[in-house]
Amino acid sequence: MTEIFPGMIAIPVMKLFLGALIVFLGGALLPIAFCLAGKASHLLGTSCAMLGAVAGMIAAIIVLSGGPAERFQLLQTDCVINPSIALDGLAVFFLMPVFLLVFCSALYAFQSLDFEKSRFVTVRHWFLFNLLALSMALVVTAADSFVFLVAWELMSLSSFFLVVFDLDSEQARRAGWIYLSATHLGTAFIFGFFLVEYNLAGTFDFASFTVLGVLSTSGAITIFFCLLIGFGTKAGMFPLHCWLPEAHTAAPSHISALMSGVMIKCALYGFLRFFTFLPVLPPWCGLVVAGIGITGSLYGIAMAIQQTDFKKSLAYSTIENVGIIMFGLGLWLYCGASGQRVGASLALAGALLHVWNHALFKGLLFLGAGSVYHASGTRIISRLGGLLRPMPFTGGLMLTGAAAISALPPLNGFISELLIYLGLFQAGLSSSGGQAFLYMVFAVLLALTGGLVLLAMTRIVGMVFCGEPRSDSGAIAHEAGWPMLAAMLIPALLCLAIGVFPLAAMGFLAQPLMILAPGSPNPAAVMPLPFGPAWSLGVLSAIVAVAGILALRYKVRRKPRNIGTWACGFWKTVPKMAYTAGGYAQLAQEGIYCACLKPVYTMNIIGRRLLFAAPMIFTLDSPDPVLQSWLTPLFRGCGDIAHFFRRLQAGRLNVYIFYMFLTTVLLLGWSFLLN
Amino acid sequence: MMESLAIHLLLLFGLSPLLSGIIAKTKALIAGRQGPPVTQLYLDLWKLFRKDMVISRTTTWIFRAGPVVGFTVPVLAAMLVPFGATAAPLSFPGDPILFIYLLAVARFFTILAALDTGSSFEHMGAAREATFSVLVEPTVFVAFIVLIRVSGAFSLNNMFGAVTTGWLLFSPAGFSLAIIACCLFIVLLVENCRIPFDDPNTHLELTMIHEVMILDHSGSDYGLILYGAAMKLLLSGTLILNLLLPFQGPLILDMLIFCGGIAALAVLVGLVESAMARLRLLRLPQLLIGTTLLSFFALILLLR
Repeated sequence: MTEIFPGMIAIPVMKLFLGALIVFLGGALLPIAFCLAGKASHLLGTSCAMLGAVAGMIAAIIVLSGGPAERFQLLQTDCVINPSIALDGLAVFFLMPVFLLVFCSALYAFQSLDFEKSRFVTVRHWFLFNLLALSMALVVTAADSFVFLVAWELMSLSSFFLVVFDLDSEQARRAGWIYLSATHLGTAFIFGFFLVEYNLAGTFDFASFTVLGVLSTSGAITIFFCLLIGFGTKAGMFPLHCWLPEAHTAAPSHISALMSGVMIKCALYGFLRFFTFLPVLPPWCGLVVAGIGITGSLYGIAMAIQQTDFKKSLAYSTIENVGIIMFGLGLWLYCGASGQRVGASLALAGALLHVWNHALFKGLLFLGAGSVYHASGTRIISRLGGLLRPMPFTGGLMLTGAAAISALPPLNGFISELLIYLGLFQAGLSSSGGQAFLYMVFAVLLALTGGLVLLAMTRIVGMVFCGEPRSDSGAIAHEAGWPMLAAMLIPALLCLAIGVFPLAAMGFLAQPLMILAPGSPNPAAVMPLPFGPAWSLGVLSAIVAVAGILALRYKVRRKPRNIGTWACGFWKTVPKMAYTAGGYAQLAQEGIYCACLKPVYTMNIIGRRLLFAAPMIFTLDSPDPVLQSWLTPLFRGCGDIAHFFRRLQAGRLNVYIFYMFLTTVLLLGWSFLLN
Repeated sequence: MMESLAIHLLLLFGLSPLLSGIIAKTKALIAGRQGPPVTQLYLDLWKLFRKDMVISRTTTWIFRAGPVVGFTVPVLAAMLVPFGATAAPLSFPGDPILFIYLLAVARFFTILAALDTGSSFEHMGAAREATFSVLVEPTVFVAFIVLIRVSGAFSLNNMFGAVTTGWLLFSPAGFSLAIIACCLFIVLLVENCRIPFDDPNTHLELTMIHEVMILDHSGSDYGLILYGAAMKLLLSGTLILNLLLPFQGPLILDMLIFCGGIAALAVLVGLVESAMARLRLLRLPQLLIGTTLLSFFALILLLR
């Protein structure tokens, strides 16, 4: 036994993790087996997913808090492929958010899935959901490229089927198709990377990847861009993000939370993991990543501001956050390569912390968006409004998420952005001339992003939850049930916890930092941030004080006269008069953006205009300019070329025999020439 | 520490309402009127805090939270800023960023409170506030970056301390700092809704930004907002004064210089308000981008 599974007996951490994987597998298969046994399969699917997540989380916490890295061989074979998995600091750092969001999403799906109405859909869901959880856990723990690619493909496929969950929807199928193409184009580049590695080392084991260190600089740069494109596509990096807004909108909300919160992080994990094997790159590579990152974050948030569908808006905000993470990583590479060690370490710490933070607040926001959709039946922001009264808890939690994503203190987003800013300032201060100026331009662009995030988030939360319902769908809304609320409460509390106890959160960064940047200065040590107990106590007491004042005043002054809002001289306000989401963003669109990002208005007047204005249909659409003007023409061109060469495939046997004859003649002639 | 905390709180709560009185008095005098007494805002606050409230039935707790946050945030933010020679009670590397994001917290809640009323009028103000703040933030950021660059320190205390141990215009970075002071003055006008950007005294929709968002607040809620706005004005002014004035003497003298400077700044605001008409709304983004570029220019001067 011990020979087949070496170390299995001795190490409970690995056992626990493998147990989690097996439970996920069970969660995928058992619902099918119990399909006819009524609600049992639904319960089985949910409980397996949650149990596996808890078990895996315990294992991850043990390793993350300083436990030794573990390795386990899945199969002992004589051939070149020896599938194995490893739990090291970097892997468990990414495992934590994966398991956390799997737990929350499963809890959420337990209620949001309507089992009675569609039994087979539910079974299908749990099969795919658990497979997705399993594959994400495997992707980040794979220790050789075989396991990695299998898990990667499993992750892509299970998430694809979850995107096209609603098979009847034309939009979902289209989104799924774009997603499938994009993810496989990305995989092709990753495949190329692995081929190069195999060519050099002759094994698939990650431990042998160190041979990549012998690559020439140009070779390393090529590999680097292969990795960037391959993983960037999956991560939703600008300008390869086009699948993301569509897919996140089409998928059920808890799947969006999972995909947006953690699946794209698995791609970032892959980038980080394989990047560490490359030899030292020239600084401009880091600059390219940082540039793409900050451009993507500005682009993403600008697009988020003009979406009519609030899930799509959140999806674009994911692109913005991925941009910030990429920006931090690029800054790390650039600073590291140009000798700014302190700045590099701060930027990397900020980027890593943002990985967690984004998983938390975006998971929360997508789950909240799902509750709103569940309750009101629409995702169009301008048809909602005033939901805070029927849904006080969802609204409060969404508000927390929106504040966190806007980097407002004392929530978690602020801490990671602060680290990145400090990295920028530190690097800018200790460099001179154009380089220093560059850092400062970056800082200002990041600040601009921050302002736009505030605009986007007040737009979503304000338009959906504040004011009065703009249509019946807003008026019939009801509060989500407790499992859904609990699923949102967990990430919300963690958002607050990271914000109030940032030093504890930064303690978790030590392990991955050791792997990514061995020997680099500890960010907490080089920049003595006062986020110790004094900060935490101060913040906690400030929160309690403000809440106390609010509660007190709320109670004491409950007698005020309660009348309608002043309607500027009209006899009453009507929801129709209120600003729409489009109106809220219009000034920014006209004042700040470039013209290419502007949404497309179409206005059709129906019927004849008599004494009074005729009814009109007004639509606002904001197609993705990258998809519209770059990618679609590109792929259409490829399609046209392919179509042209299709003429070769005549479908007649004699033509094919002619091709063979021609080939033979050419080869003969070639060998004749060579000799 | 305790001393500076006391001075901060005293100035913040005691002096800040005086500023809008000085501005109003200046405007009145220029226009040849008697004008309200300088202490008008104190009287207003006293009256408002004793009044009942009228609250729209469309609103929720967010509407009530807006004023509380709008009052609390300037107090917290003031703890990070040195008032002249008095060091800030709280200080750490990176506190300029906390300062900016704290003001964003106030903005977040004010905007949501405005959206909560369901009135298109207040929604309009919210949209404008959110949009223009996008453009204001970069200017403040560049200003802080210039200061970081000049002083080599990351906390507001050290940034201003390093700059003010000498007369601004005679330091090597004098010109850059002068430009930054000008940019910060424009930011002061924008952030505190002063003419030529906004006018807190009228309710005309053509140019209104901030005032329109708080139209439905009444009683003590409104009082909190006014008090918070006064403190914010003091804070913005402090940032500029820390740049412009040298503080080297005994504490009492420094505080007198500081208070005099704040009063002079208020007079200057009043003069600007009397001399200028409001800008067209669509000019605002242009001007704000202009200040950002100008402060960038100050930065480039430092980097040469």
